[in-house]
Parts: sequence; C-alpha cells; structure tokens
Amino acid sequence: MNQTGTTASAHPEPSQLLEVDASDSFVRHAWTELRKRKLALIAVCVLLFLYTIGIFAPVVATHDYSETNLAKTQAGPDAENWLGTDRLGRDIFTRVVWGIQTTIILTVITILTASVFLGLALGMAAGYLRGIADIITMRTGEVVAVVPDFLLVLIIAATVRPRIKEFGYWVEDNTFISGVNSSGAVDYIVLGLAFLPLSWFGAMRLIRGQTLAIRDAPYVDAARSMGVGTPTILLRHILPNVITPLIVSVSFGMGAVALGEVVASFFGIGVQPPRPSLGVMIGDVTARTGSAAVETLRSHPEQLLSPIVVVWLMIFCWNILGDALNDILNPRAR
Amino acid sequence: MLIYISRRLLWTPVLLFVAGLFIFSLGSVAPGDPAELMAGQRADPEAIARIRDRLGLDDPFLVQYTRYAANALKGDFGESYRYRGRDVIELLGPKLLVSLELNIVSYVVTLLIGLPLGFWAAMRQGTWKDPAMTTFMLLVYALPVFFTAPFLILVFALWLDWIPVSGWSGMFSTHAILPAFTIGVPGAFVFMRYMRASTLDVLGQEYVRTAHGKGMGHMTVNRRHIARNALLPIVTILGFSLAGLFGGSLIVELIYGIPGVSRLALEAVFQRDYPVLTTLTLLGATMLAIANLVADIMYSLIDPRIRLRA
Repeated sequence: MNQTGTTASAHPEPSQLLEVDASDSFVRHAWTELRKRKLALIAVCVLLFLYTIGIFAPVVATHDYSETNLAKTQAGPDAENWLGTDRLGRDIFTRVVWGIQTTIILTVITILTASVFLGLALGMAAGYLRGIADIITMRTGEVVAVVPDFLLVLIIAATVRPRIKEFGYWVEDNTFISGVNSSGAVDYIVLGLAFLPLSWFGAMRLIRGQTLAIRDAPYVDAARSMGVGTPTILLRHILPNVITPLIVSVSFGMGAVALGEVVASFFGIGVQPPRPSLGVMIGDVTARTGSAAVETLRSHPEQLLSPIVVVWLMIFCWNILGDALNDILNPRAR
Repeated sequence: MLIYISRRLLWTPVLLFVAGLFIFSLGSVAPGDPAELMAGQRADPEAIARIRDRLGLDDPFLVQYTRYAANALKGDFGESYRYRGRDVIELLGPKLLVSLELNIVSYVVTLLIGLPLGFWAAMRQGTWKDPAMTTFMLLVYALPVFFTAPFLILVFALWLDWIPVSGWSGMFSTHAILPAFTIGVPGAFVFMRYMRASTLDVLGQEYVRTAHGKGMGHMTVNRRHIARNALLPIVTILGFSLAGLFGGSLIVELIYGIPGVSRLALEAVFQRDYPVLTTLTLLGATMLAIANLVADIMYSLIDPRIRLRA
C-alpha cells in the first residue's frame, strides 16, 4: 500500500467524495451505451411491452380465462376473439395474456431468490470469508450442478409437490388463509424449488470470483485497516463492484427460467390448470404428440403459434439484452 | 499433474455419493408407503409387512441409502413400484440407449454447425456478416422446439415426403435426421458463440501475426495457427453443455414418437414410480460427472497453466 501520504493532498475532501452519486452515473452510462445498440433497444421495448401486458393481465384480458363457449370452438381470429378460440371455446388472447403473467411471476420469484439473493449473499460470503464458508458453498454447488436440470424438475414435481400440496391444505384448514392451492401458489413454490439449484450456483460462482478478485484491493485493505466492520465492507465496498456481472447473468437467467417453466408446464408437471400458462396451452393443442401438433399447425396455426411467439420473443429478447449488457458492463469480456 | 488428476479422480466418487444422497432423499420425501404402492390397492397388512421387511424399509435412512448405493454400484437399482417384479434398470436400459443415441447425433450436428460458424463469424469481425449471423443464430436458438419439431415434420415429411414422419430405427437411419436437427441446430448457437470468442482471442496473438509476416498462406495460418488453438478452450465446455441437452431431447422424443426415456419418465411422475425417477436422475448425474472429469483431465493435459494453478 502507498503509505507515503504525498498524494493525499491531491485527493478531494471526503465530504466532496460523498456527493458523487456513483449509481446515477453508472445507470446513465449503461443507458447511453444501450441507446447506441438498436437491436438491444428494440428488445427492451418488446420486453417492456410483454411485461406490461402480463402485469396488467386483468385489465388487458378481454374475457375470463376459464370461461368456455361451446357454441364457438376452434374459431379463427375475429373482432370478439382477437386470436380465436381453443378446443373449449376459450379466448386465446386472454389465455396468452394470463400465461405471460404466470411466467413473469415465476421468473421474478426464482431469479430474485436464487440469483440475486442467494447468489449475492453466498457468493460474497464465500469470496470474502474464504476458508470453510467457501469450501461448503462451492462443494454443495458442485453436487447440485451435477444433477441434470430437467430430471431434477421431474423428480421434485413427483415427490415434493404432493407434500407441499398437503401443507397447503393444512394451511387452509387451520388458518384464516384460504385458496392456497387454487391460487397456483403451490405450483410456483414447486417450480421455484426445482429451478433454484440451477440458478443460484452460476450466480454464486460469478459473484465469488469477483469478490475474490477485489477482496485484497487497496481500497478494501484501507477500509479494513480503518476498522470498518465486515458487514459494512461487504455492503459499501464489495457489493457495488461485484454487481455488474450479476445484472448480465440475471438477464440471461430470465430467459432460461421462462423456458423452463414453459417446458415443465408443457409436460403437465408445472403450472396446473385452470391457471393458464403458455406451456399448458402448447401442451393442450399438441396433446404432446407429433401428429396432433402437426394437425394443429395445419388447421389452426394460431392456437399453436400464439403462445409460441410469446415464448420465442421472451427468450430472444432477454438474450439480446444480456449480450448488450455484457458488452457494456464488462468491456474486458468481449 | 498426477496430483491434480488423482485429486479429481478421488473427488468424483465422493461427489456422486453425495449427489446420490440428495437424489435418494428427494425420492423418499414422497408421500405414501412404497410397500403399499407395490402391494397394490387391496393388499392385506401381512403382505405389506412382508414387502417392508424385504426392502428393509424399517431401517434407518442412512442404512437404507448405503444399501441402495452399494446395490447401485452393482447395477441393481431396485424394483419398479408400478411394473411388479421388474427391475428399474431392465425397464430403463433399452430406452436410455435410444435417448443416448439421439443425444449423440444431435451433439454431432451441434458441433459440426456451431464450430465452423463461430470461426466464420470471428474472421468477419467488423463487417455486417458477423452480427447478422450471430443474431440469426440467436433467433433460431430462441425458437421453441414445440414449433420447430412439428414444422419440420410438416415440411420435410408431409409436404416434401423426403424423410419418415416419426419412429426410430437407430442413430444411423433417416429417422434420426429431423430430431437431430431439431435439437442440434439451436444448440449450435452456444458453440458458435464460444468458438467466436475463442477465435478472436487467438487472432490477437503475436504468433498469428508472425505466421502472416513470414509469408504463410492464409489457409495454412487459419488452419494450423488459429483454428487449432481456438478449439482448445472449447474442450472444457464440452462436458458441461451435455447437461442442457436432456431437457430438449425429452420434448423431441415425445413429438417424434421416439421410444426413449421421455414417456417412461413422465408416466413415472404421474404414477408415482419413484425408483424410475431416482435411477434416471442418478444415471444422468453420473454421466455428467464423468463428462466433467474427462474434460478437466483433457484440459489439464493440453494446457499446462491449469496444472500449475491446482
């Protein structure tokens, strides 16, 4: 460390330093750079559009998502049903809108708990404290990472779901809370649990690496030597410097978890009817066989394509955004 | 070097033992008594007690797991709950082989498309072709197989009538073409991206400039100096990328009517045939662990820096 103190006078007063709002300039920098990338900008707009639709699903939807109209089944798009109706005469547009909401709820829950919360906390702990904390988290992560993602989803759906469902009924019977199981909360918990292992380890390893790289940086050493406590060092000095790679990984993760939800629901082990989900819709019209899927594609393409286009856009846009953010935030990674 | 390899070799069994414990305990969280499931709806308590005794269900959990692990090493993964008297491995074996074949062909397609494309794109960095190709491949990558599979059937099997619609008769038959492309082409994007980044790294190296400077032909430099070195780091991700293949192949198996593990696994979820699920997951984890081990060892043989760091 530089202990001569000759350069101290060149530094601004501490009070001046505090006035610099680092987060503001960081966000502004990212935004200026992002605006230069047209494709990424379009991706942001599409995502904002989809997410607004999903969040305001009750307002945007034109029908009730489980309302059937047997007088008008398998109809093509018209003024009343914008994307037509399905086998039971349910409005496809409405079901897509609610399906988007389902996906949003699940991705946000999973990514917040797994990547942002667990990834940050464990990653910083492992990287900064090292020793036993590092060994335990890394080894646990390795064990979980070796279990193939989708098989884990299958096994959790088969064995843990009934347990959580039992717990849901128990809560309904013994507390004033009602409708735990009918609200689809169980599905979110089950899928969240299933996706947790595959989301937290990547984020954690990333954060750990970053933390390891800066834990002995001069400014962290300086803070330590001034007697700053570990929690403060982690929050004030480490956190702001490790967060950028996390933003990139969150962007990629959103697309991956969205696809995971759709695939699980397609197989009938994810979100359960009557709650609409894009995966359930796709599973319904294809009946999970090739002949039915081809038949639908031929006779009623809108029934298959409506949910698929949304899934496609979501995955594509999150990846484009992730790429752009990676270029902007980690220039060295290019 | 030897220390690094032997450490990896020793760690892998431990890793698998713990992963197995995790999977086994997930399997035993399930509600319902395995003995009752196996005995069927109207079995008398005595028959259930007999099964309990035979399976050792009254032993402590860790004893049960150790016995399970010991049997698994001998290739015995227990009996199916649903198909009475049939070993899980006997049920899974033939189907697993088909799934494995499908994944291997798809992987070959992925590599054959992804690696050359990545190299191609890197050599055109700075022109419009590089970002255009990357974006196009990302579009393909994001396209869900729910669409591509029926679409390809419609075009190539029904309209053009080139290839059989569905079914399976080995990885070298025409049946394998559509499924392999359905899984393989989207996956190529991932390899294209890695290959592009790794080629760009090599392009900046001095030995490339030297090779050009001493008047070597472009083709020779591309092949000997750039492509060969750019392929090195790809070795490490070969193992990991296997993990992602399984999810996609399950859907594709269903849609193309391929007799792989897909249908059996789904049935097992709904019929609560937990041994089938735990076995499948355990075998998947084993394959992944071995693939990672091989990748690690290969990389340490290729790149001395890895050895020194360990």
